[in-house]
Amino acid sequence: MLTVVFDAYARRSFPQAIQGTDEPLPLFYDEVHPVITDEAKAGRVWKALEKKLSKDALSCLTVSYLSELPELDLHLFRYICKNIDSPVSLENNLADDDILFVTNTFRKVLYERLRMMQFIRFQKAADGTYFGIMEPQYNVLPLAIAHFKDRFADQPFVLYDKRRHYGYYYDQHEVTQVTFDESLPHFVTGKLDESLMADDEKLFQELWRTYFKAVCIRDRLNPRKQRKDMPVRYWKYLTEKNK
Amino acid sequence: MIHNDVTNLYSSAAMTEETLKKLKILTESAKYDVSCSSSGTVRSNTRGGLGNTVGGIGICHSFADDGRCISLLKTMLTNSCMYDCAYCINRRSNDIPRATFSVRELVELTIEFYRRNYIEGLFLSSGVVRNPDYTMERLVAVVKDLRTIHRFNGYIHLKSIPGASRELVNEAGKYADRMSVNIEIPNECSLKLLAPEKDFKSVYEPMAYIQQQTLASKEERKLFRHAPRFVPAGQSTQMIVGATPDHDRDILRLSSALYARPTMRRVYYSGYIHVNTYDTRLPMLKQPPLVRENRLYQADWLLRFYQFKVDEIVDDANPDLDLEIDPKLAWALRHPEVFPVDINKAPYELILRVPGIGVKSATLIVNSRRFNRINSSHLKKMGVVMKKAKYFITCGELMSPTVNELRPENVRRLLTPSTSKRRDDHQLQLPLFHD
Ligand code: SF4
Repeated sequence: MLTVVFDAYARRSFPQAIQGTDEPLPLFYDEVHPVITDEAKAGRVWKALEKKLSKDALSCLTVSYLSELPELDLHLFRYICKNIDSPVSLENNLADDDILFVTNTFRKVLYERLRMMQFIRFQKAADGTYFGIMEPQYNVLPLAIAHFKDRFADQPFVLYDKRRHYGYYYDQHEVTQVTFDESLPHFVTGKLDESLMADDEKLFQELWRTYFKAVCIRDRLNPRKQRKDMPVRYWKYLTEKNK
Repeated sequence: MIHNDVTNLYSSAAMTEETLKKLKILTESAKYDVSCSSSGTVRSNTRGGLGNTVGGIGICHSFADDGRCISLLKTMLTNSCMYDCAYCINRRSNDIPRATFSVRELVELTIEFYRRNYIEGLFLSSGVVRNPDYTMERLVAVVKDLRTIHRFNGYIHLKSIPGASRELVNEAGKYADRMSVNIEIPNECSLKLLAPEKDFKSVYEPMAYIQQQTLASKEERKLFRHAPRFVPAGQSTQMIVGATPDHDRDILRLSSALYARPTMRRVYYSGYIHVNTYDTRLPMLKQPPLVRENRLYQADWLLRFYQFKVDEIVDDANPDLDLEIDPKLAWALRHPEVFPVDINKAPYELILRVPGIGVKSATLIVNSRRFNRINSSHLKKMGVVMKKAKYFITCGELMSPTVNELRPENVRRLLTPSTSKRRDDHQLQLPLFHD
């Protein structure tokens, strides 16, 4: 993306669309300029942005990018250009469509990160590793890993994003990126087979389900609120929602 | 009871089918306490320890079928109790299954739930057995074990037992993030009527201990950076709504006075649930007063984040909150002279008073208007509820008539949901007989 910006300024020609190389071209186009990511060009653009934007705005750019939304690209591109052209930072000008779109995307990605922190459930495997799997809407694993590493510093764990086919393994010292054979049953269902579980795992799952049921006040049933705060798309991997 | 065997960390010998039964009983008994979000502390993990707390409003890990956030393992040491508070399911005259956890069971449940990312920490209360100090001692043993033996850095909220001694309260506060003492009933006479063994002293004394110790520890930390923290997330309390004839005015005045104290962070409101149907001192409510409870929370937000004074929300002329419309809208309709507010010029405090504009959108407005004139389509994108706000603002081209042109009673009608059907079951229905 940063290379796209650099090329646009170098060529003094600003794009109407930005696409991945594998997407089909639109019906009408005048010119296609292939962009090859170039660290040096990107670095220069980033430096220029660092001078102008606050830290929050910079993280807004990088975080929103993890949404992987195709519509984002052009907005992001114009967000960057507008700020490069302007004498002051425009990051707070939410009346501007591009700034608003990027900022809203940034918020959505952060929200999905929170949901990962909320709804990941670990199952303890026989070898002591805690196994957690999810299908987040956006690519938030890189944003969430620091939280898990700090919180569960003394336990080995695997955090897996099944939608993007990768995860992280933490061995109580370091985090490494991993991919697994997803035809294994626990990657298909999200549930560790009893033969792979630690001795007490089944009991604690049972305890948690018991707790989940007992804590509900039946005079106040409110399934609508439950679904709003914990959308059904997350239920597949929730211990308390599965037997 | 306290086990010092650190190597035994992962053994689950304490956990059995019996624990399952206890957990069910003790959670059923604890669930009516609503004051249980985890919030306020930031503590990163220590080397080799387990857990951190993230600050802010804490993380909800699940939502029960009643829609409430599950953030903490909310349970009790025991639900046996020598007291007989009329509104409480655990009162001694109730014939319900009783159970008691061992310290070890509680510690292990907390740790194992935490490791699986089920919870942020523990919320622990207890019925009173033998005497307040005996009970408090065992609660302290649980939190001390968690922090010192297991190096647990997750969130801990401990309910102080009414009437517990200062020494034990001080000891508990070294390990807990938050402590609370529930007021339950906003008026001492009603409290004594319903909870003969309690009075305001048994509630306010521990509150005062907590406050004194918190402030003392803050002073100390100014001098010695590593002096221990004392309940870093402050204290909270809870009031039951709808069990007594007290007005919202009485409740909110008490809340406002409590918030003026330096360590009081949250007041929770719990719509009374008719758990002890046989007790004629209590009103017969077919349903818990959920709308009223919700309005009280809204009013509470106005006190804490919208710079409202309690007398602006309820006073002797309006002792109860309007159930049909929210308290901010109600205030605006009583004060049409303040409106319309010019979005492009008015100060932040005034923008915050507009119905339909929250803290977030008010901040966005003030930030963005330095760059452009704000119009109504911008407002929509910033999350302003235009359906409400349009009667109370001017902003460039916006053409809707204001509250003054339409008159408050008509705006009220336009903004009252037409399906305000079941209004009466939320009103207080007084019992027919007083004893
Ligand atoms: S002291 Fe607490 S547990 Fe005991 S009856 Fe009263 S409210 Fe219930």
